[in-house]
Amino acid sequence: MLLHITNKKDRLAVLGMIILLLLTFIAILAPYIAPYDPVELNLTQRLLSPSIKHLLGTDSVGRDILSRIIYGTRISLMIAVIVVIIEVFFGVVVGTAAGYFGRAVDEIIMRLADILLAFPGIILALVIAGLLGSSIMNLIIALTSVGWVRYARVVRGSILSIKKEGFIESARAIGCSNLRIASRHILPNIISPVIVLATLNMGTIIISIAGLSFLGLGVQPPTPEWGIMLNEGKPFMESAPHLMIFPGLMIMITVLAFNFLGDGLRDILDMRINDIVEY
Amino acid sequence: MSLLDIVNLNISFATRAGVVQASDEVSFKIRKGEALCLIGESGCGKSIVALGIMRLLPGNARISGKIFFNGRDLLSLHKKAMRKMRGRDIAMIFEQPAGCLNPVLSVGNQIAEAVKIHENCSGKISRQRAVDLMALVGIPCPCKRYSQYPYEFSGGMAQRVMIAMALASHPSLLIADEPTTSLDVTIQAQIIELLKNLVSQFNTSLLLITHDLGVAAQMCDSVVVMYAGGIIEKGRMSDVFKNPGHPYTQALLKAASGKEPASVKGSVPELTRLPDGCRFHPRCELSQDICRKIMPQMKKGVKCHIQKKT
Repeated sequence: MLLHITNKKDRLAVLGMIILLLLTFIAILAPYIAPYDPVELNLTQRLLSPSIKHLLGTDSVGRDILSRIIYGTRISLMIAVIVVIIEVFFGVVVGTAAGYFGRAVDEIIMRLADILLAFPGIILALVIAGLLGSSIMNLIIALTSVGWVRYARVVRGSILSIKKEGFIESARAIGCSNLRIASRHILPNIISPVIVLATLNMGTIIISIAGLSFLGLGVQPPTPEWGIMLNEGKPFMESAPHLMIFPGLMIMITVLAFNFLGDGLRDILDMRINDIVEY
Repeated sequence: MSLLDIVNLNISFATRAGVVQASDEVSFKIRKGEALCLIGESGCGKSIVALGIMRLLPGNARISGKIFFNGRDLLSLHKKAMRKMRGRDIAMIFEQPAGCLNPVLSVGNQIAEAVKIHENCSGKISRQRAVDLMALVGIPCPCKRYSQYPYEFSGGMAQRVMIAMALASHPSLLIADEPTTSLDVTIQAQIIELLKNLVSQFNTSLLLITHDLGVAAQMCDSVVVMYAGGIIEKGRMSDVFKNPGHPYTQALLKAASGKEPASVKGSVPELTRLPDGCRFHPRCELSQDICRKIMPQMKKGVKCHIQKKT
């Protein structure tokens, strides 16, 4: 299948898609695939190198790294999906309001968005973790409270340009109500930029989750999570580098897969680029 | 009684460059089943008058006067009542058919929507009606074309779709704003033929906006000539074209006949800075002192101091 697609970018997108499908299966089937319990300690088998018994070795308290990575996929993807859904929801609602009503509503929302965008996300997460404590819930709050702004801006921009299109005028001319125009003629047209943004955003969110957890501000040990695994492997970086290499690789592969897919989708969904064919 | 009776319609826009008077004391009538064409150069306010009838003007427009449709003044109607009239009683087709179709919805779906808005019918019925309409406007294999998307339609086919949407609920007035301007000449003829047939088949009144005098002559019973926001001549098509009264109409017809390489000197004045007196006087070969000072009155369908209808 991969070989039949001639465009290099499309091929990468399909590759990204296949990797993501695989990761999704791994996440869903984690209890059946993982060879060991991800949180079970086994102090007699600490810091083992990769072997037949432990394919990716064991960590400082003897937990199987492969099993922890498999369960980590579950946590990371789940949190990322929840974060994206919340961000898209608020972004689309607020962006639509700003773009559709315009004037004062638009002005207020967009200035608020500018303020939020000026906030460094990591510091905001620090503040939220400091105020509310570190937990998955608070991690989600920290990420979404700033993240929706990007969607709101994209949605608002698309709506402003679509509002001027001829088909909106002709929809009015056949007697469509405002609600009908918004739901049937405007919303379907902003879905593709939102899908592209969401896919590319997934990668960033996965890095943020790992980063915040690495700093101790997100998911808490002993939950198997890639950022935590990196943190736990840090003291053994020289003696047992596999503790950091495998979770690091996993983060990289996942983020790359999302970026490949997002880039490909952008090209496919953006008609302007798509239409140009060179001979 | 006339179907549409426009009385002293004024439309102006407040812009940074000043107030633009896009329609100045425009009055005309369309009888039931009559085809009237509004001709004039680009930028003389034809489309604005059409959008004014539909009440689809941009927010900065100021509109006054009366637009009677079946005896009811459209300008005093409530928003909701006006929305119900659009599509059902008055429909409109635009110059750029391809841009008037939503790229993410299938073409048939959009026609079915036009049916559904005004008639409470099931999806199955509206679908069937849409297919019938597509066949009516001459789209080949309507069942197959139903589920195709606008990018799969050529300009001419897209304009047929627009016509199908406009005629979905048999409106009594159809406004066609330059329906053929963006199409190839051969396709133009087909679309004109189609419009002509459908309009007579449904006994629909037609307000055709065009700057193509040939199209106007083919289709319409009467004509209104606009210049710089105002009407300068109106009357029956045969009278006006055979015996044009206003120097501007004469020049237009001369330019269109192509017998001599004639063009009207100069260009339409900017609507923010209209000349005093007759608006055409800076470009008129016959202009005299009175033309520069006093705006002529409409007499026997011509708005000119010098030329009188014989």
